[in-house]
Amino acid sequence: MTAVSLTGVSKIFNPGRPDEVAALSGIDLTIPAGQFVSLIGPSGCGKSTLLRLIADLTPASAGTVEVAGKPAARARLDQEYGIAFQQAGLFEWRTVQRNVELPLELRGASRAERRARATEMLALVGLADFAGHYPAQLSGGMQQRVAIARALAVHPPLLLMDEPFGALDEMTRERLQSELLAICAQTGTSTVFVTHSISEAVFLSDRVVVMSPRPGRITATIDVELGTRDDAARQSPAYFAAITAVRRALRGPGPVPDIVEAEGAAAVAAPSPRTSGPASSATAAP
Amino acid sequence: MNLLRRVAPPVLLGIAALVAWELVVSLGRIAPFILPAPSAIWHELVVQRRNVGEAGVASGLNALVGLAWGTVAGVLAAMAASRFRVLSEVSVPLAAVLNALPIIALAPILNNMFESTSSVPRRLVAGIIVFFPVFINTLRGLREVDPTHRELMTSYAAGGWTFTRLVRLPGALPFVFTGLRQASSLAVIAAVVAEYFGGLQDGLGARITSAAAFTAYPRAWAFVVGACLLGLFFYLATLLLERIAMPWKTRLIS
Repeated sequence: MTAVSLTGVSKIFNPGRPDEVAALSGIDLTIPAGQFVSLIGPSGCGKSTLLRLIADLTPASAGTVEVAGKPAARARLDQEYGIAFQQAGLFEWRTVQRNVELPLELRGASRAERRARATEMLALVGLADFAGHYPAQLSGGMQQRVAIARALAVHPPLLLMDEPFGALDEMTRERLQSELLAICAQTGTSTVFVTHSISEAVFLSDRVVVMSPRPGRITATIDVELGTRDDAARQSPAYFAAITAVRRALRGPGPVPDIVEAEGAAAVAAPSPRTSGPASSATAAP
Repeated sequence: MNLLRRVAPPVLLGIAALVAWELVVSLGRIAPFILPAPSAIWHELVVQRRNVGEAGVASGLNALVGLAWGTVAGVLAAMAASRFRVLSEVSVPLAAVLNALPIIALAPILNNMFESTSSVPRRLVAGIIVFFPVFINTLRGLREVDPTHRELMTSYAAGGWTFTRLVRLPGALPFVFTGLRQASSLAVIAAVVAEYFGGLQDGLGARITSAAAFTAYPRAWAFVVGACLLGLFFYLATLLLERIAMPWKTRLIS
C-alpha cells in the first residue's frame, strides 16, 4: 500500500512567459504507507512546491501524482490528507476547540462527533485545558500544536507538513518533534515533512529525500534507521552518520556530478562509491 | 486606579476649557450673539431638555435608519465587488465619485422628491454618507485573506460560499468596524445637517436653525450640544457593538 506516488512529475510556473520558472523536474517518488519522509534542500529547490503538488493545491505541469491510490485532486476532495504550514494559520475568531473542529464541520460531521474528536485531538497534543482559548492567547508553539491537532482531526492516512516548526525556538522544536513522532506512531499516519534543518530531517524520518535547485530535482534518498527516537537517538553514531550523509548529499556531488545529475531520483538505487556512496552507507543499524 | 488615571486627564482638561470659556466671555464682555457663556447654554439645555430630547430622538432615528441601510448596502456591495473582479474595477471608482460628491448638497433635491412630511430624504442622505467608508473598508478586509487560510480551505475542498462565510467575512469584521466607527458619527451629522435644507422639521438641525433665526443663540447652542451628545452616543454604541461582535479581541484586552 503506497501513501504517495509521483511519476515523472514536473512543475513549471508561468509557462511561456518571460518569467517562466522550472520549479521541479523529473520527480519520481514513492512513499509506502506508514513511512515518515522528509524533503530537504536549500531555499528554492521546490520542496514546498512538491508538497503542494501532493496536496493538489497547485497542479503538476507533467507526470502523475497519486495519493492513497487516487489522483491527487480526488484525494483532496476526499480529505485523504491533513496539512500544516509554517504559519499555524489558525482562525483567530474561533476558539482552539472550534479551530480543530473546522475540517470535521466541512465534512458534515455531527456536533457531538466534532466535539468528541476535537477533544481527543487536543488531548493528543497536550492542550486539553486550552479548548476554550482563542489562538492569540496561546504561544507560538501551542498554536502550532493546535494546527497539528487540526490536521489530524479527520484521521487522515497522510499528514503533509511544510516546515511546521520553522518559526519555533530550538527547545520547543525538539519537544514538538518527539510529540509528532509519538502521534504518528500512535495513529499510523504516513507523513511528508518539508524542512531545511538536517538534524530535524534525520531525527524524524525513515527516509530523507535530498533536493537541489534550478530546476528542483531529487538528488539523493537516504534511509535512516535510528530505532527508538528519543534523546539517546540524538547521541547515537547512526544519527551522526545519517547527518553527515545528508550534509554531503546537500553539498552536491562534488567533482564528479555526472552520475547523480543524469540519474536524478534514482541516485540511491544505483549508488556510486564516489557520489552517493556515503549516502547509502548511512543505512546503519541502531 | 488605572481607570482613574486614564479618564481623569481629559475630564480635567474639559473642565478647564469650560472655565476658561466662561471667564473669557464674562470678563471680555463678549456679546452673547457671538459666543454665549457655557452657563447660559447649560441653563437653556436644562430649560429645553424635553425639546432637545425629542428632537434628538427624531434625528437619532433618522441617523440609525441611515446607518443600518448604508451599512447593509456597503457590506453587500463589497462582497459582490470582491467576488467579481469586473464589478470591483467598476465599483471602486464609482464609489469614489459618489464620495467626492458633496452628499449634503443632495439634501434639497431629495427633499423636493418626497413630500414635506416624509423622513425618507434625511435617511437617504445619512445612508449614502455611511455607504462609502463601510464599502471601502469592508472590501479591503475581504481581499486581505491570509494565504495560509486560503490554502487550508482549498485543502478542505471548501466551496466559494463556505470560504466567504467561514473565512472572509469573519476576517473582514475588524475592517467593517473601522468603517462603521467613521460612519456612525457621519450618519448623525448627515441626519442633522440635512434638515437645514427643508423637509420635515422635527430634528435637531431644524431646531438649531430656527433658534438661530430668532437670535436665541444660547438655545441654538443647547441643541448643538444635543447633536454632539447624539454623535458621541452613536460612536460609543458602535464601540460596544464591536466588542460584542469580536469576543476574540475583547478577551485579549481584558
